[in-house]
Amino acid sequence: MEKLIAGTTVTVNEEGYLTNFAQWNEAVGEALAAEANVVLTPRHWQVINYLQLQHKSNLPLSIRQIGKSNVVDIKEFYQLFPNGPLKISTKIAGIPKPASCL
Amino acid sequence: MNEFNGEIRKMMIILSKATLENVYAAFVLANGARMEGIEAEMFFTFFGLEAIHKKKLEHLHVATVGNPAMHMPTMLGGLPGMEALATSMMKKEMEKIDMPDVHEFLDILKASGVKLWACKLAMEMFHYKKEDMYDDVDGIITVGDFYNQGQGLGTHMLFV
Repeated sequence: MEKLIAGTTVTVNEEGYLTNFAQWNEAVGEALAAEANVVLTPRHWQVINYLQLQHKSNLPLSIRQIGKSNVVDIKEFYQLFPNGPLKISTKIAGIPKPASCL
Repeated sequence: MNEFNGEIRKMMIILSKATLENVYAAFVLANGARMEGIEAEMFFTFFGLEAIHKKKLEHLHVATVGNPAMHMPTMLGGLPGMEALATSMMKKEMEKIDMPDVHEFLDILKASGVKLWACKLAMEMFHYKKEDMYDDVDGIITVGDFYNQGQGLGTHMLFV
């Protein structure tokens, strides 16, 4: 379905994840973060950039991998994106929700 | 089902067994809850205590006897070395799917905000001391204390 956000029309799935990363930009990220009640700081952006890089390289995302990323540890990841860090951060980053149990 | 429209707010997971498959099942359920923004607390009782016992947690085994899903005759499963063999095979498979070992999994659970409780009665029964256990265990508590931890709407309890 289509969604107008931050002045851009983007395509999202039923859970609100962008289906085409090319439609993502920082303003869209900011707006998606606001919807998730997350105020983005430079630390958030470092994590978001890392997630997007992993996605671009087709590397699977999991809590364990993020803990080993040297970008953020698991504890801080949960502090930055409370209430489900992996699913919230990926939504803001404009990439698919990881189908990971770990 | 009116409370939060049946939304799950907290998972209280009781682990009573030390076989690797049960320990991992409980850990994955606790971690999966946190990943969805659901609170999670674990209560380690009876043999489940081995999963947080410093000297034992690295040496947990898969059960080869009394486990029909192993597709192995019970007599064979009981032979010396069979448990160790099945365990090393399972651990190799786990590595492939990026499953952490027990100690690392406990670290992940703690960092994710899972509370880890040791059962007071079982600790006394096995003569375990606080210092025998994984350093970041939140405390040694009674069943009653654990139920109190689970108070509130949207709490679910699970026995493994």
